[in-house]
Amino acid sequence: MTEPQERDPARPLLSIADLRVSYHTRGGVEEAVRGVSLDVAPGEVVALVGESGSGKSSTGHAVMGLLPAGGVRAAGRIDFDGTDLARADERRLRSLRGREIGLVPQDPTVSLNPVQRVGRQVAEVLLIHRLADRAEARERAVALLERAGVPEPAVRARQFPHQLSGGLRQRVLIAIALAADPRLVIADEPTSALDVTVQRHILDHLEALTRSTGTAVLLITHDLGVAADRARRIAVMSQGRIVEVGPAERVLGDPRHPYTKALLRSAPSLDGGPVAARAPAADPERPPLVRAEDLVKVFPAPRGSGAPPTRAVAGVSLAVRAGETLALVGESGSGKSTTARMLVRLTDPTSGRVVFDGRDITALRGSALRRLRRRAQIVYQNPYASLNPRFSVGEVIGEPLRAFGVGPRRVRQARAAELLERVGLPARTLHRRPAELSGGQRQRVAIARALALEPDLVVCDEPVSALDVTSQAQILDLLATLQEQLGLAYLFISHDLAVVRRIAHRVAVMRRGEVVEEGPVGRIFAEPAHPYTRELLAAIPGTRARPRQGRDPKEVPTA
Amino acid sequence: MGRYVARRLLQAVLVLWAAYTLSFAVLYLLPGDPVEIMAAGGGEVTEVTEEQLDAVRAEYGLDAPLAEQYLDRLGAALTGDLGTSVQTGERVSAMVAEQLPATLQLTCAGGALALLLGSAVALAGAHTRRPWLRQLLLSLPSVGASAPTFWVGLLLIQLVSFRWGLLPAIGDQGWRSLVLPALTLALPTSAVLAQVFAKSLRDALREPYVETALAKGASRARVTLRHAARNASLPAFTVFGVLVGNLLAGSVVVETVFSRTGVGRITATSVTVQDIPVVQGLVMLGAVAFVLANLLVDLVYPLLDPRVTTGGAVAR
Repeated sequence: MTEPQERDPARPLLSIADLRVSYHTRGGVEEAVRGVSLDVAPGEVVALVGESGSGKSSTGHAVMGLLPAGGVRAAGRIDFDGTDLARADERRLRSLRGREIGLVPQDPTVSLNPVQRVGRQVAEVLLIHRLADRAEARERAVALLERAGVPEPAVRARQFPHQLSGGLRQRVLIAIALAADPRLVIADEPTSALDVTVQRHILDHLEALTRSTGTAVLLITHDLGVAADRARRIAVMSQGRIVEVGPAERVLGDPRHPYTKALLRSAPSLDGGPVAARAPAADPERPPLVRAEDLVKVFPAPRGSGAPPTRAVAGVSLAVRAGETLALVGESGSGKSTTARMLVRLTDPTSGRVVFDGRDITALRGSALRRLRRRAQIVYQNPYASLNPRFSVGEVIGEPLRAFGVGPRRVRQARAAELLERVGLPARTLHRRPAELSGGQRQRVAIARALALEPDLVVCDEPVSALDVTSQAQILDLLATLQEQLGLAYLFISHDLAVVRRIAHRVAVMRRGEVVEEGPVGRIFAEPAHPYTRELLAAIPGTRARPRQGRDPKEVPTA
Repeated sequence: MGRYVARRLLQAVLVLWAAYTLSFAVLYLLPGDPVEIMAAGGGEVTEVTEEQLDAVRAEYGLDAPLAEQYLDRLGAALTGDLGTSVQTGERVSAMVAEQLPATLQLTCAGGALALLLGSAVALAGAHTRRPWLRQLLLSLPSVGASAPTFWVGLLLIQLVSFRWGLLPAIGDQGWRSLVLPALTLALPTSAVLAQVFAKSLRDALREPYVETALAKGASRARVTLRHAARNASLPAFTVFGVLVGNLLAGSVVVETVFSRTGVGRITATSVTVQDIPVVQGLVMLGAVAFVLANLLVDLVYPLLDPRVTTGGAVAR
């Protein structure tokens, strides 16, 4: 790795010393960062790993000087090449932001200005720091987009963010972050909103770029697998403190702090061993609870676009038995959600048949369809958006009961309390609002709501992809326990094979509306037959060939 | 884009037709016989025989069945004939055409002023870092929206014209006489605009793309003006289309208070004497203004927000 020209190569580029950040909340002052010290050498890649709420993002924002204004106190030193960023004035910070320190933000779908062409958004960095005049900036923006791996950069530069896929948008954001050749890039969960395969390509590209320019990277992530693949050093953060820091191999191979050990255990991608979560497999002799036969869904093209209609689902057949989890795996746009929606009759198939419990439900209408709703429920991906913020948790869970006229209010509340207990939440949660709960707790509420009507089939649409690893593991455990207790059938939609391995009995891999491979989970992982399945497997973070493999087996992370 | 424009135009025509039909229904089914009012015109109570009334009805086509009247009038309205004033016998279209320029001047000046004032207050409120100033600026709209137009007008006349003698209090000669009426007219509209714009600015400034812009090294002013304002202007812009109706309604009060001639004035008089053809003509004028303003908003909107016309074509 080439070191950039430094007055003193031994001196760290970024040196955080005893950083403290606190937020004023209604409940008083909350310390988000409690004395963090961390160095990043020039050209070094350091991963800051922790769950949401651990203070890792606040640390990154403090370095950028972008903590929310007012209500925040920062103390300590953030030394960036001789400047104390914690004390620098706004003018100085502005001259560093974008020029010396770049930011790759978390969610590419909302991090670009929706009404500005992406080329201009890249060029803006050069204009702000007077690195180019208007015409030159426009040209260089195209070159920067190309360098960030955007195909047809000249065409893309004239497009708006909504015309680009999530992966392309993240590449645009990388072009922005690297436009002025900064010496440090802070990548705040740069790919957690993207599909695994896209994630890998983006991270590969970011790594290649920063390595070629000698840019240091502070990689903030909740995914130890990503950290393991990308960083030379790993710092593990919990409750505002760095609990462990060291070379990546050492931290992963020989974790010393209990929290790091726990994090390693729950990281799905690093966990290659037997699965703790999964319920025992269902009896293969049992007839399927729900069966799809040659389902096809064609969406008409948007009016006036002149494009041909989209075949979102192109002839999918599958079956789920009671007590069994079938995972539907694929990238976004592969048709897995549409398939699931047709299975529970939320979307009408263009052709094909759905048989539920021996009965053809493809054309069910009115009250018969309503009765089906009781037996098939959904847990959605985003627990932040799928719970009505004005309802109390009790009302959220009681709503399906109310909709089906189950009992008086008192009975429904009692049932809601019982369901809460079932999903492992304390009874006092009943009167709280979704906003007061963490992501994992909210997803538990969503599961309780899905169980309220005692369904036979639960469709889990990416139920853990919005959660951090520790909550992920807990929710997966909960789902498995519930399946065992209640004999539920799950249709589990996910783009993340690492998660699927922990919960599914059988896996169907979807691509472009078709199932390309289907089989028992063990077989799919051990002997993937289809090239696409192999690609998905290779994209799981934490599986990249690293020097530590082939070393003393006791240093290899264990399950 | 062509389809988008065609759809908006069709909607505009439908709205106009609906406005005409509705005003016809309301005005002609209203208790009170226009012919009797006409006959009683002039104020003196005279005995009018039933035959004379019928003759007048026949003259104005009011003896025909309602459906026939409606179709006749609709057909005439399409050719620009809005009937004649019951009170003065003048053609309604001529009356409106005569009074329109003055009102157009007033409402355009008021609208421009409202845009200016509303955006300035919202932008300043979003930009300032002094909490007290922010509080002050952001509470201005509620004050502005709740102050009655006639009261603001009288207050301005009192202060600016009578006490300080800066601008004329009444009349419609030259730009100096336009300032106070336009300001009076602009205030409530600017207040609503400021409220909507300030709210959406506040939301926009919390969007992640603002952080991206700040991370580029952009100044707060640049972020507010180039990134947040453009996005936040979309809801405010839509509301402005609706507020054009407010401006027209406001002109009734403002023209009366400032003794200006204009459409507002004849609205006030013709409503008082139930001069139905004139009232209906004015309703149609309001509808046309409203439809045109919103058509303009709809046509400019895609220029501000590319997602309206290029949506759905996500490249992968």
